[in-house]
Amino acid sequence: MSSYRLSAGGLIDRATSLSFTFDGRDYAGHDGDTLASALLANGRRLVGRSFKYHRPRGIVAAGSAEPNALVTIGRGGRTEPNTRATMQELYAGLEARSQNRWPSLDFDLGSLNGLFSPFLGAGFYYKTFMWPGALWEKLYEPLIRRAAGLGQATREADPDRYEKTWAHCDLLVVGSGPAGLTAALTAGRAGLRVILADEQFAFGGSLLSESARIDGMAAPDYAARCVEELRSLPSVRLLSRTTVIGWYDSNVFGAVERAQKHVAMPKGHRPLERFWRIAAKHALLATGAEERPLLFGGNDIPGVMLAGAMRSYLNRYGVAPGRRVAIATTNDSGYALARDLERAGVDLVAIIDSRTQPTISYHGRARVMSGARVTDARGGKSLSGLTVAVGGRSETLAVDALAMAGGFSPIIHLACHRGGKPVWAEEKHAFLAPQDLDGVTLAGSVTGAAGIAACLADGAAQARTVAAALGKKAAHIRADVEDDVVAAPQPPLFSLSGVKGKAFVDFQNDVHVADLGLAVREGFGHVELAKRYTTTGMATDQGKLSNANAISLLAQAHGVSPAEVGTTTFRPFYTPVSFGALTGAARGKHFQPVRKSPLHEWAAKNGAVFVEAGLWYRSSWFPRTGETGWRESVDREVLTVRAAAGLCDVSTLGKIEISGRDAATFLDRVYCNGFAKLPVGKARYGLMLREDGMIYDDGTTSRLSENRYFMTTTTAYAAGVMSHLEFCAQVLWPDLDVQMASVTDQWAQLAIAGPQSRAILQKIVDEELSEEAFGFLAAREVSLFGGRLNGLLFRISFSGELAYELAVPAGYGESVADALMAVGEAHGICAYGVEALNVLRIEKGFVTHSEINGTVTPADIGLGRMVSRTKTDFIGKAMLAREGLSDPVRLKLVGVMPLDPAASFQPGSHILREGEEATLENDQGYATSAGYSPHLKSTIGLALVVGGAERHGEQVMIWNNLRQQYTPGRICDPVFLSAAKGGQGA
Amino acid sequence: MRYSALSIFLNGLRGNTGWTSAWHFPEPRPHYDVIIVGGGGHGLATAYYLAREHGITNVAVLEKGYVGSGNVGRNTTIIRSNYLLPGNNPFYELSLKLWEGLEKDLNYNAMVSQRGVINLSHNDSQYAAQMRRGNAMRLHGVDAELLDREQVRSMLPYLDFDNARFPVLGGLLQRRGGTVRHDAVAWGYARAADQRGVDVVQNCEVTGIRRENGRVVGVETTRGFIGCGKLALAAAGNSSRVAAMADLKLPIESHVLQAFVSEGLKPFIDCVVIFGAGHFYVSQSDKGGLVFGGDIDGYNSYAQRGNLATVEHVAEAGVALIPALSRVRVLRSWGGIMDMTMDGSPIIDRTPIDNLYLNAGWCYGGFKATPASGYCFAHLIARGEPHPTTREMRLDRFERGYAIDERGLGAQPNLH
Amino acid sequence: MASLISCPHCGIRPKEEYAIKGAALPRPAPDAPRSVWFDHVFLRDNPRGPYEEYWHHAGGCRRWLIVTRDTATHEVLACRDAGAEPAVTA
Repeated sequence: MSSYRLSAGGLIDRATSLSFTFDGRDYAGHDGDTLASALLANGRRLVGRSFKYHRPRGIVAAGSAEPNALVTIGRGGRTEPNTRATMQELYAGLEARSQNRWPSLDFDLGSLNGLFSPFLGAGFYYKTFMWPGALWEKLYEPLIRRAAGLGQATREADPDRYEKTWAHCDLLVVGSGPAGLTAALTAGRAGLRVILADEQFAFGGSLLSESARIDGMAAPDYAARCVEELRSLPSVRLLSRTTVIGWYDSNVFGAVERAQKHVAMPKGHRPLERFWRIAAKHALLATGAEERPLLFGGNDIPGVMLAGAMRSYLNRYGVAPGRRVAIATTNDSGYALARDLERAGVDLVAIIDSRTQPTISYHGRARVMSGARVTDARGGKSLSGLTVAVGGRSETLAVDALAMAGGFSPIIHLACHRGGKPVWAEEKHAFLAPQDLDGVTLAGSVTGAAGIAACLADGAAQARTVAAALGKKAAHIRADVEDDVVAAPQPPLFSLSGVKGKAFVDFQNDVHVADLGLAVREGFGHVELAKRYTTTGMATDQGKLSNANAISLLAQAHGVSPAEVGTTTFRPFYTPVSFGALTGAARGKHFQPVRKSPLHEWAAKNGAVFVEAGLWYRSSWFPRTGETGWRESVDREVLTVRAAAGLCDVSTLGKIEISGRDAATFLDRVYCNGFAKLPVGKARYGLMLREDGMIYDDGTTSRLSENRYFMTTTTAYAAGVMSHLEFCAQVLWPDLDVQMASVTDQWAQLAIAGPQSRAILQKIVDEELSEEAFGFLAAREVSLFGGRLNGLLFRISFSGELAYELAVPAGYGESVADALMAVGEAHGICAYGVEALNVLRIEKGFVTHSEINGTVTPADIGLGRMVSRTKTDFIGKAMLAREGLSDPVRLKLVGVMPLDPAASFQPGSHILREGEEATLENDQGYATSAGYSPHLKSTIGLALVVGGAERHGEQVMIWNNLRQQYTPGRICDPVFLSAAKGGQGA
Repeated sequence: MRYSALSIFLNGLRGNTGWTSAWHFPEPRPHYDVIIVGGGGHGLATAYYLAREHGITNVAVLEKGYVGSGNVGRNTTIIRSNYLLPGNNPFYELSLKLWEGLEKDLNYNAMVSQRGVINLSHNDSQYAAQMRRGNAMRLHGVDAELLDREQVRSMLPYLDFDNARFPVLGGLLQRRGGTVRHDAVAWGYARAADQRGVDVVQNCEVTGIRRENGRVVGVETTRGFIGCGKLALAAAGNSSRVAAMADLKLPIESHVLQAFVSEGLKPFIDCVVIFGAGHFYVSQSDKGGLVFGGDIDGYNSYAQRGNLATVEHVAEAGVALIPALSRVRVLRSWGGIMDMTMDGSPIIDRTPIDNLYLNAGWCYGGFKATPASGYCFAHLIARGEPHPTTREMRLDRFERGYAIDERGLGAQPNLH
Repeated sequence: MASLISCPHCGIRPKEEYAIKGAALPRPAPDAPRSVWFDHVFLRDNPRGPYEEYWHHAGGCRRWLIVTRDTATHEVLACRDAGAEPAVTA
């Protein structure tokens, strides 16, 4: 295969040689190449297979619109399927593989599908594969799935780093072609904070492929001069390799910077990709225009490409498109390519101009065929010839490359991301962006402007207007352009008479003209239905090349203007974005932040096994040497607490300080039970309801002084309760004098439970802790260690034992816990975790959010008597009175035990009447919690059951069909161990 | 025209010129026995079952856009019946049974694919909640399996089992759950309803509800007044606005839910996977794209588009669950408007206004409900009493205190 | 939803600092009829267009705000402190 690289010209560095592989074969290219240009330079035309018919496909575009040249690059966890060869910078060692072919790209058995194409028209699959039904999942679907899809994704984790960042600017310029460059320059010179983003690795856009001269310079040199000045301006930030992918509310734009996608081995300290959220006061979209393919049979054969793309490969990359080239054009832009091809010495056979009277004067050697159009292209894996309809007859041409210049569609995606509808401009034969967009201006060929001079001027002028609106005066930029080919917009070419082969509309999804006709005949003529039925525009290029033609075909079929057909909705992302970029650093262990209790280190050194509890890690149990399983440890901890004492970290409970003259009134309104009369120095258990009458959260609140309270919440609801209280104080009752602060992180909180707890605590607490001095529910500030530290001590219990909770400043938590363990050793203290805590509370029938799950009322858990009948108002009072909330069929809290103590059951088991059939109608409720009580030597549990306390003593089936565990049990009082020292609910 | 492999073969031989329109484009008649507002999945299914089950064919479905232009074409295509509460579970199971026979019913291949749906658990309380839910399903004869960590690993080895912030503990699997080609559901019902004589009127927006003596007598539309015996609203996303035309205020807020599709890939994920430690669910379409989504954006919205914060949260959760997704590219995001109710469950009921029937509040579970929703709504309209499976889906359940609150989150629609 | 919200206390801040509660509806008087309470807790006007909502500047000053927002365009039209006016009827 001989080289197509020209000996001179272009923006590649011929002094470098970058070796790469494609399907295992070695090739070489240069610095400045894309994978696509390097493949073309090496004469590699066939680069992929189409989706449905597995037709041979080549490179058709030179930028992000490429539908065909999708390859897989990289290895292992760095494997990236569906990479556009046209956007992938070449680097030494690049490994690329073709996709969607078997066994090889050159010999693909899937291409047999083409033989059956009459039966594989649009939507054929909706009409068949229905019989027999069972075969869909077993046979048809697996076959379809294997045949469909593009590349193969890796199953390995990604070894690279990603990051996210915010940026703010006065003006975001998207696109660095002629309009974008002068816009950025104008605004930058005026002192605006400018961000210029371009998806390419080099700035300049179309100027990089242009042969016109600007201010006496080659166009790429002019671009380079502009960029050089932009780099020197302090308020300008240049982002290359950065695709602005979406426009969001408040003029925020998402952008992806491919920071290290152009190197073989990304440097570990830098991200592979960086995701930007850019908040712009204003944005100027200079996103250019996309060329439209022409419709003729075989318009997908490798060797057929867009004229602008061919010009890029020729001028920018120094690649000849073929040995014998033709240009099919509807407008003057094809002649710019003709001029460049001839200058480069490429044999241009013919210019096939659909117009009978071309408006441009052409002085080249090629034959100009006026009023002509290509009807069919020939060739399998590479173009070999054309059939041209000219003057009522048909002529064949032997060519190996064909350029399609079908006119331009402005790239208005971003401008439409926030719901604005594109507007058809008849005189431009194109859809333009919605008008009067807030915060966004368009400039250059995206407005339908044609010619470099017009784009340069428009960019500068629009930027001046923006600058003026932002209070800056900007100078004019003028540039003289020689050889500017200004292609006036022409109507699209849509005669299909004489066309024999398949004329493709959407290359990647294999949608051809007949498919759209079928869609219209079958009632799917609406542009959105046609898209969904035929899949046109749904490929990875999202219709960048296909939509304009599809809309024109639909308009033709309906006999209306494209304005009436409209477009499908432009949605983010402009080009596909990796999960990695969107994820940034929030991956693996860093998916969510970690919260550690101030006692975490204490627990760790005592051997704790930790468990995730929301963002927290909590100590679950504390295994000791010789213990063979978690149950053994938990049993020991439970027994030790009831026999001697235990120390448990309860720092994760929410803690809120509440103060103010009206704090008592406030608490009275946020809890359903009374708090106004709580004496100073006492704690009380409270139930907080939602406005719909269901329990929201529970906890204790202590009155530390006349107007100062200390509230605890459950771990899970700490933040929610804080927000709720602030809402109540700020919004509902701003007249109340009450303030609050979350102090969860300020205090380490230790539960010391068990008969020895008083004796142990007394060793570090300076105040007298006798029953008389510090009785049940006492709550006071105390002095510790002979006055060296102050803490808050509460005589509350979640185990039913004599128990305290001691809060000390967080930084002292570990030392205090150490001290308690030291002084408690003689009393047999042990550390216990949340597993033991759970058993201890079930033994006493205390509830957690396993029971108060958002659907239960105070009465449902046997605490109906707590609800104040005298208060005029509290959150939830009004709706608690609804009839359904006192319906006897409601589930109510009970205890449940297996009849056979050796038997067991799990939470989530359902409760059925003994001997009754297992049906939904017979469902009596379910076990909310369960644990093994070493005291009762049996599994015990709490349950929510129809009828509740009325059914104590009833024998039931504890039904766990998932585990085939059917445990005969008995409903009982939820308090398994008779109350001695009170606790929750007391 | 009946669809089959044979019809494809014969038409293919004749250059595919013989295919006729899947439905008519009728001008609305002056009066119908029943008018259904909304030509989405639920509205079209209602029309179909009115005709098939109850012989009521003087029916119009009025659609302001094109058939299936609402949420039926915007969802993540998941079907399942893994519901907990008796108010929901039998209904969704009915729906799943109807899905299983849908293609034969409609003579349209909507690609009902029972690939399995797995909800993952990451802590003891989730595991217990799944135990409860799975057993509730089994009580109703619905298939459910509770997998432990190793069973999940053998099924989905590419989940993060080594370095996860919230390790997978287990999962609730419903093998009969899966996915359906969503657009085809609307098309199949539209075609089948059309064949039974229903007028599916596209491009016809209802602009007012006319009442006389307190009874609904017809609707004002962009194509003129159309009279009706009964008016049935199935305009999810716009339920509040349509109901307001009859001065009805609903227990509903409209929220935007974004959905996403990746570039096409060779088979990667076989079943539907639902993360339990973040908002993320994913399946793979027959075409190869990973179809996924997360939580609603959280604010009331009628704009069918969301914002980046949610996009990023969804991607983060995706990579947390499946690290290899990092290199997969997301192709497109879009938004649908959800009727979020005060308990997360839907409403199929009569309204206090005579002749006015309401099908609304599907939150983000509307797609999987499509067949049963149509079936039960048709039952209600035809017989004047609720189908047994929708007995609890009453409009007045909030006032009476009978919420169907699967997740226990109360009257805060953006949390459901 | 707007990506940025202007807090009357903190200035323009990213939306992620805020948490939305929902419709800014005055709480009925404790003795209001059941129907009024029901309406308050469960029914919503849910308009397409400007809408007043409670937002909490949870990651900022922790004040509750009333944000006037257009549900069709997501545009934030106004933002004021929610404590400045009575939020309880009668």
